Amino acid sequence: MTRYLGLYFTRIGFSVATALIGVFFALPLVWFIFAPFNPRAELGLSIPEPFSLANFETVFQNGFAMRGLWNSLVQSVGGVILVGAGATLASYALSRSPIPGKSVITYILLLFSSVVSGSAAMVPIFLIINGIGLIDTQIAVILVFAGGLLPTAMFILRDFIDSIPKSYEESAMVAGASPVQAFFDVALPVIRPGIVVVVVWAFVSIWGSFLIPFILLRSSEKIPASVAIYSFYSEAGTPIVTLLAAYSLLYSLPVVILYLFASWKFGFRFFGGIKA
Amino acid sequence: MKSFSLLSRGTGVAFLAPAGLLIGAFVIAPFFWVIFVSFTNRSLLGRTAVDPDFVGLANYFSLFDAATFFTRGEFGSSLILTIQFVLLSAVVGQAALGMLLAWMLQSVPKSLKHVTETVAIGAWILPEVVIAFAWFAFLDYENGTLNMIMEALGFPPGDWLLSFPFWAIVVFNTWRGTAFSMMLFNSAFSSIPPSYFQAADVAGASSWQKFRDIGLPLIRGHVVTDLILITMWSFNVFTPFLLTSGGPSYRTEILPIYTYRIAFRDFDFGKGAAVGVVVMLINLVFALFYLWVMRRRAKGVAA
Repeated sequence: MTRYLGLYFTRIGFSVATALIGVFFALPLVWFIFAPFNPRAELGLSIPEPFSLANFETVFQNGFAMRGLWNSLVQSVGGVILVGAGATLASYALSRSPIPGKSVITYILLLFSSVVSGSAAMVPIFLIINGIGLIDTQIAVILVFAGGLLPTAMFILRDFIDSIPKSYEESAMVAGASPVQAFFDVALPVIRPGIVVVVVWAFVSIWGSFLIPFILLRSSEKIPASVAIYSFYSEAGTPIVTLLAAYSLLYSLPVVILYLFASWKFGFRFFGGIKA
Repeated sequence: MKSFSLLSRGTGVAFLAPAGLLIGAFVIAPFFWVIFVSFTNRSLLGRTAVDPDFVGLANYFSLFDAATFFTRGEFGSSLILTIQFVLLSAVVGQAALGMLLAWMLQSVPKSLKHVTETVAIGAWILPEVVIAFAWFAFLDYENGTLNMIMEALGFPPGDWLLSFPFWAIVVFNTWRGTAFSMMLFNSAFSSIPPSYFQAADVAGASSWQKFRDIGLPLIRGHVVTDLILITMWSFNVFTPFLLTSGGPSYRTEILPIYTYRIAFRDFDFGKGAAVGVVVMLINLVFALFYLWVMRRRAKGVAA
């Protein structure tokens, strides 16, 4: 009997400890639940009375702030298109064509992309973008992210394409389709779930990033929300808390929605290279 | 059928070209370019911006100059700070806390498990600027939530970002990244057949004994994977910049922030590139180790 009692107490102890750690994770975020809806919000925690959407109105009327969100969207969508299209074509070629040493290629690219991190390569990335005359342009941010995210995207997608039987496309080609037709009409629809994974991952990565646009962009009409938000409070010392809180919430929404979408669709499990 | 391929070599190359160009220009070229720049005195403005001189190893000598190596705000001091930051926030913080959480989550009520996972994942996926601002408010001296709690519990309030800046970014990075280790270990634990644990229960084993003798040995491979990945990520993380800007007086200036200051505040691209080369070499060691572990496992050698 003592054994079951022991298990029971372990369960209670674990529940209490888990709840405490859960509180540790929740506390810094609690402020964000209330401040956006409080027109008199400060850095302190206070429950707004009444709840109001006035802060959001201020954000919507702030051209600079809205411009930042729009730029984030442009840069993320641009990057996602390049990563999605580039990785799909490349990983299909790596999986289905007779290019020599193709499995080595994937690993070498993956190695490069993990060694060349944004913080290690900020100097050469700035100099290369400066050298080709793209400094302070949105296309520069899009290109740099596309290059950086492509190796991992190719790795995930290649795993995915390798698991699809070649007989799908083979039967299409027996029926008279060209290889390119077989790719677009037969393979692409089957690969689509894999592409969705890559696209969601790339979008969230670019949307939330700070360092690369911070270094490459100067003009206030080109900076994304991540950099715009930072200029609301740094040097002056007095943050415009109401604006910041509401803006942060708006800026976080796409990430939250995509997370919910991904966990609904895929159960947010580990896939591809990370599974050990 | 052996030689039959779905794509001809030409089409394959054409399919590879767009990705190849982008990776070549923005991943592989920077890798070699940074090595080249680190041997020059390239700057942002002035004559050396257009026409830099070859200075040999001068940038590296200035990084590893014994006279200033350990001075605060210099390379050596930043390197040591980074190592402490990685050990404390990634290895001790994220991995140990993630392991503890993953183990406890196996036996707590479903609803509690769900809520805890959700907040931890929230800390992990929200954009870094938003998280940094949330912590800025959380740690504020006058009104911050943390000081509110301290006072309610009868402790004196603290000006955390000024008095304990290093510990602030350690706890911050732990908080930010634990979700990854938690999820990895969680899926590893749940892949262990339940009968192993049931047998131990019958034998009257405590939770600690089950962890030490069954759980941990069976997920050893996952632990190695996790440690390498989170070490690399924490080693390259720029997010603490948003909380402390590397200050006060360089006390939170980990290598990514140090690189940024040298290159984009002092505009000394040559020296900044030299720091980048050192960081990449360290990254390379970790990445090669990771690939070696993965290959060994793929070949079926017991990890």
